[in-house]
Amino acid sequence: MKEVFDNEMKLEFISKSSNEAFARLSVAAFASQLDPTIEELADIKTAVSEAVTNSIIHGYDKKQGIVKIVSRLKGNEIIIEISDKGKGIENVDVAKEPLYTTKPNLERSGMGFTIMESFMDKMEVESIIGLGTKVTMSKIIKPKIEEDEEEFKMLTTNS
Amino acid sequence: MESEFYEKDKLLIFKITDEIDDHTVQMIRRRADYEMERYMPKRVIFDFDSVTFMDSAGIGLLIGRYKFANMIGAKLEITNLTGSVRRIFDMSGILKLIPVC
Ligand SMILES: Nc1ncnc2c1ncn2[C@@H]1O[C@H](COP(=O)(O)OP(=O)(O)O)[C@@H](O)[C@H]1O
Ligand SMILES: [Mg+2]
Repeated sequence: MKEVFDNEMKLEFISKSSNEAFARLSVAAFASQLDPTIEELADIKTAVSEAVTNSIIHGYDKKQGIVKIVSRLKGNEIIIEISDKGKGIENVDVAKEPLYTTKPNLERSGMGFTIMESFMDKMEVESIIGLGTKVTMSKIIKPKIEEDEEEFKMLTTNS
Repeated sequence: MESEFYEKDKLLIFKITDEIDDHTVQMIRRRADYEMERYMPKRVIFDFDSVTFMDSAGIGLLIGRYKFANMIGAKLEITNLTGSVRRIFDMSGILKLIPVC
């Protein structure tokens, strides 16, 4: 059975580094429907920036390709898939290790996956050599309880 | 990015005003290395006060500038780390290498 979502968006763009800001801002704008805090929004922007950058510089290297983002809202959770049809990752477990990078000469820090894992609640990587890579991340946006109670009180006293 | 050089103290300050990602670091890196070579400072400070976004490209940028500063005999420091910028620096462990002033 198909899973039911409250909302969904899709975004495709060419693997140019000048699109990184546009990509993370678009997902952040979509996520703002869940009323996240500034900190939660920063977490999402950073994680998206890491995954998109990886598709551009590692997945496609100097070649041009399409980076695809699908984002869905379900309850108070945001799910974000970022995929490329680039060269793929040989060993995902090794790639995820902190400080591991295959491009140290380009001043990469090897912190991308570590940041995605700690800024989001869940992160999964599927990759096939020669076919591409898909990163799926999700985060629960904590409901703002106090504000809701305040609003409830206002509604009940007004009626 | 804005920069100021104080001849008397041989102090070069870079105030980063852009969002820091893999795209923008290329320009920041080029300009920082160019100015360090030009002024030959003894002390270099990167000011993050106006940085509204940074991902792991910022860590690579700082490690690279740390090495470059060492090469020309300058001491590198960073200042005004807040919010998620601070968290990324803490996570990376490079604050053991580069002092916060
Ligand atoms: N989309 C991708 N396609 C191919 N390889 C990837 C992709 N994402 C990550 N990798 C590999 O995983 C390694 C670790 O990624 P990351 O933690 O983001 O560090 P960095 O980007 O600094 O190298 C990369 O160096 C690269 O070899
Ligand atoms: Mg990366």
